[in-house]
Amino acid sequence: MKKIFALLVFSTFTLVAQAQDANAILDKVDINLSSKNRVIKSEMVIHGRRNSRTVTSQGWSEGDDRSMTEYLAPAREKGTKMLKLDDRLWIYSPSSDRIVQISGHMLRQSVMGSDLSYEDMMEDRKLQEMYTAKVTGEENLNGRKCWVLKLDGKVEDIAYQSRKIWVDQERYVPLKEELFAKSGQLLKKTEMKDVKKVDGRWFPMTMIYKDMLKDGKGTEFRLLEIKFDQQIPEYVFSKGALKK
Amino acid sequence: MKLAFQLAYKNLVGAGLRTWLNVGVLSFSFIVIIFYNGLIDGWNEQAKRDSIAWEFGHGQLRNAGYDPFDPFTILDGHGVLEQKQAENLTPILIRQASIYPQGRMFSVALKGIDANQTTLEIPTQALRESTAAMPVIIGKNMADAAKLETGDEVLLRWRDKDGTFDASSATIVQVFETNVPTVDNGQLWISIEKLWEMTGLQGHATLFVANEKYQPEQIPGWKYESQTELLSDITDIIATKKVSGSIMYLLLLAIALLAIFDTQVLSVFRRQKEIGTYISLGMTRAQVVGLFTVEGSMYSIFAMTVGSIIGIPLFTYLATKGIAFPTASASRDMGVAMAERIFPVFGIQLILGTILLVVIAATIVSFLPARKISKMDPVQALKGKLQ
Repeated sequence: MKKIFALLVFSTFTLVAQAQDANAILDKVDINLSSKNRVIKSEMVIHGRRNSRTVTSQGWSEGDDRSMTEYLAPAREKGTKMLKLDDRLWIYSPSSDRIVQISGHMLRQSVMGSDLSYEDMMEDRKLQEMYTAKVTGEENLNGRKCWVLKLDGKVEDIAYQSRKIWVDQERYVPLKEELFAKSGQLLKKTEMKDVKKVDGRWFPMTMIYKDMLKDGKGTEFRLLEIKFDQQIPEYVFSKGALKK
Repeated sequence: MKLAFQLAYKNLVGAGLRTWLNVGVLSFSFIVIIFYNGLIDGWNEQAKRDSIAWEFGHGQLRNAGYDPFDPFTILDGHGVLEQKQAENLTPILIRQASIYPQGRMFSVALKGIDANQTTLEIPTQALRESTAAMPVIIGKNMADAAKLETGDEVLLRWRDKDGTFDASSATIVQVFETNVPTVDNGQLWISIEKLWEMTGLQGHATLFVANEKYQPEQIPGWKYESQTELLSDITDIIATKKVSGSIMYLLLLAIALLAIFDTQVLSVFRRQKEIGTYISLGMTRAQVVGLFTVEGSMYSIFAMTVGSIIGIPLFTYLATKGIAFPTASASRDMGVAMAERIFPVFGIQLILGTILLVVIAATIVSFLPARKISKMDPVQALKGKLQ
């Protein structure tokens, strides 16, 4: 009986310790990935059924509620801008010279035919705010030792009920992520590659998004340039900047 | 007057081919007018009947926040009605979802409906009787677009009331055929109980469809649309079609009337001796004008007779067998309720109205050239001198 009691106490402590570890890992991941603001230049390679196309863009973002993206290439998309303020999103298209607000079901449409929806692009809340984490194991991923973390939603208004992330044990950067529906169905998978040290933090420079319900090779998102904690003028996050 | 008819009849029959050409063109116009309007009326009746049976019922009670023409309102445009207020109403809850047939993504409107309802013709008994975990029914157009068949399983992704994604496999338990695209295109029908369970929106509905016993009442947060209001779109489309179609047949009628007019002008010109004789025999000018007018308008009587000989069997056949419309599915893609086969409706009002239109028009165009007779000098006319 004593042995059983001791075992129970030990496993409880182990679980608590694991939970703490997981939260600490998430904290470090959030520190690595979040910043006051960031300015990025990126290219998105969208693999279609027959061919692939690359969309280059410049983006400014501040926290998790303000961001502006301007598409630079290809010529067809050049000048298109996307502004996100809180949970609202506007798109400016130079060909029609119109600003359109995207909401409702439109947010679930894919961005320029990619595997990312507008909603996916908009969601960048801290993982700690949305999930409780648990370390479920350790795995080697592309030669890097990783913790496997299971994240379960602790708030109601989240898009994905649970996630599974593989976090680099040395750099505290997620290298793989799987997003699940409430039913447990795998919906999306993200792979992070080319982890580099930028401004003292490790950051994945390539991300491959794959909508697991759709056929196709997924969408590759490459960061060509990233700068953290810059001075971004206030007007960048205004509707007026869309038409400029 | 009897004499005028007798004379007119003899003159027309005597004129031979010229009369029958005029009568032919006029009777053709007569048939085309009746046919076109009958077809449009048939379409109108079919579209209204089908829309009532499949979509509108005897009216709809919609959540005030929901606008069927604005998909942005689907997310929040729903609410709960007290049980007493929901009597004689069939609830429908609309949510947006995606299906993934063969790895392609399709945005769909996921519509939850009471599986026990009998107000609409949507075959919801299939939802009730199925043993599948998530039975859904779809229309033929939707099935064709998504390449789905009865018995197929398709992955369905939706969001619950908090916006959290959920996904599961749905089974197509029936593909139904309907002429009403607004219950078919891009839609998946599921039991409302199941949808409540899936989304956590227990008891919520976007709209309610009324049956014949429902008595409309003011309910805050809801707006009632009567059957007439709901059908007004169809009525408007039909009215536009009627106007655009009338241009075509009025042109045809104008050609026929022009032929009568020309014939009348020629008659008055060529039959001056006859006119002089009538007057010298004691007929007043007005009587002679009347004679010529009756003669002209008699073309329309002949046209009615010929039109009836051809039209009655033709229209009877068409009204029973219907007319196939191979382009109906294309029209349905555009959101217009149209059957593959339309049964024209030839109402008494339409036929009498057309008869009246043709007779009055023919009489007017016959009278106009005949007016010249009243200015004729009978002596000169008798001599046959051109006036």
